[in-house]
Amino acid sequence: MGMTITEKILAAHCGRDRVEPGDLIEAAVDLVLGNDITAPIAIKEFEELGIDRVFDLEKIALIPDHFTPNKDIKSAEQVKMLRDFSKKYGIVHFYDVGRVGVEHALLPELGLVRPGMLIIGADSHTCTYGALGAFSTGVGSTDMAAAMATGRTWFKVPESMKFVFSGKLAPYVSGKDLILHTIGDIGVDGALYRAMEFTGTAIADLSVEGRLTMANMAIEAGGKNGIFMADGKAEEYVKSRSDCAYTVHASDAGARYAEVREYDAFGIEPLVAYPHLPENTKPARESGVKIDQVVIGSCTNGRIEDLRVAAGVLRGRKVHRDVRLIVIPATQAIYAQAMKEGLFEVFLEAEGIVSAPTCGPCLGGHMGILAEGEKCVATTNRNFVGRMGHPKSEVYLANPAVAAASAVLGRIAHPDELR
Amino acid sequence: MKLKGKAWKFGDDVNTDEIIPARYLNTSDPAELAKHTMEDADPDFMKKISTGDIIVAGKNFGCGSSREHAPIAIKAAKLSCVIADSFARIFYRNSINIGLPIVESREAARETGEGDVIEVDLEKGEILNVTKGKTYRAKPFPPFMQDLIAKGGLMNKVKSELRK
Ligand code: SF4
Repeated sequence: MGMTITEKILAAHCGRDRVEPGDLIEAAVDLVLGNDITAPIAIKEFEELGIDRVFDLEKIALIPDHFTPNKDIKSAEQVKMLRDFSKKYGIVHFYDVGRVGVEHALLPELGLVRPGMLIIGADSHTCTYGALGAFSTGVGSTDMAAAMATGRTWFKVPESMKFVFSGKLAPYVSGKDLILHTIGDIGVDGALYRAMEFTGTAIADLSVEGRLTMANMAIEAGGKNGIFMADGKAEEYVKSRSDCAYTVHASDAGARYAEVREYDAFGIEPLVAYPHLPENTKPARESGVKIDQVVIGSCTNGRIEDLRVAAGVLRGRKVHRDVRLIVIPATQAIYAQAMKEGLFEVFLEAEGIVSAPTCGPCLGGHMGILAEGEKCVATTNRNFVGRMGHPKSEVYLANPAVAAASAVLGRIAHPDELR
Repeated sequence: MKLKGKAWKFGDDVNTDEIIPARYLNTSDPAELAKHTMEDADPDFMKKISTGDIIVAGKNFGCGSSREHAPIAIKAAKLSCVIADSFARIFYRNSINIGLPIVESREAARETGEGDVIEVDLEKGEILNVTKGKTYRAKPFPPFMQDLIAKGGLMNKVKSELRK
């Protein structure tokens, strides 16, 4: 019987030739991640163990990205815990303001994510790294603390679901729309406890950025991980950032899937997920909902490709007078690149603002909180009740082109309407 | 261990932003977090509950972020247990790791009414609806997790392993 990519990576990390869905395994981890919300709890727990070293100085990443630059005294104290812990134990991958970016954009960019790796992170969107052929999944702070001490963690081997996207993408359709379409189809628990494997001609055409966006939202369907086979594009992305060796795994022809879903990519339009669940998808073209704010950024769509698309729509146009546009490049490098390419001029001339890299409004932290009754189009990944501010505010999820067009028109719209 | 309390009902897909909104995550102090438990699902929740009460919810409880603050807040609010049709993966894992009792039972989740008095026997995996006089069987934990629970959560297990 063949194995899936997910099963192969898990087997390789627990020293077995094969694993079956449902097996409980203890696996070695290649990277453990925590942020300024989740790491403080893990650090407290780690300190209580009374040991004087972490399992590996180069395999822990502490990324203060959520409430940074520190939004208040409490968040400053939290980040200080990460900084002090990193100094005390000699953690290599700690990045402070000026070097930091949104964790799931930053780690791939730094070359810390490579095919075949097993990564856990105390952040649910750790599933992002599956875009590069790694097994990665979100865990809690206690799991993080245990892994920092032992370098190991436990898993139940998930069943895999396969999603095949054939055909080509229509204009303005992106990885964001493919994943929203998938979640709209199977629901927010449609892949509960399962691995989501993405493949097909439309996926092969997709950029690495687009795949990162898709894997990022696997958790929004309840998935344990999202995964793509690392192809030439993925390898090029990795090699340009890291000299380390890696292993590319492919699913066997006879691999078992709990379910296979096939979609024709050409039939998929730019979508919007209505409040308050990512599964409430509708074509952007049919929406027309009036909005107060647009946020372009986050670990889902704050990469350079996303900013280029948004700038392409905004060039020579102005943001609607009833709308605030906030653009947040996800990392310092993306920020610098966007500036060099003149994208900031476009955003500023359109009368939007550009923020320093941060999670900020994505989780209702700071830098663009919504008041009661306000509506926001965001390129982020969650539209839960109160996600970006007041419990009676609303978040609509969309791709950067739809977000930019909506900013101009003052209502949710397909970018075609501007032509 | 037997738990007993009044049931507070919630629907499907209750997410971690509702259980503990991110605006309170600039701290990880359990007592602080407890004050805001379930705030965005029911703003008056903390005023209504008594020690030992039980959350009863539909499918996919605890979906969304990986924040351990969610089970920590529920535990620190002195709720005794969560019964749901199903749990989101990371919430499930976190609850076991920190020792918040969670119980999966579709029938109990569906048939329990708000305010019903519920008794949960964790060892036997039994849920008794005292008000309705009905008993349900909970889905048992796999042996590995029973061991984790018996050892008092993940960190205690790690501690004992490190000592070896
Ligand atoms: S950008 Fe949003 S979803 Fe991504 S890590 Fe930050 S808060 Fe989480």
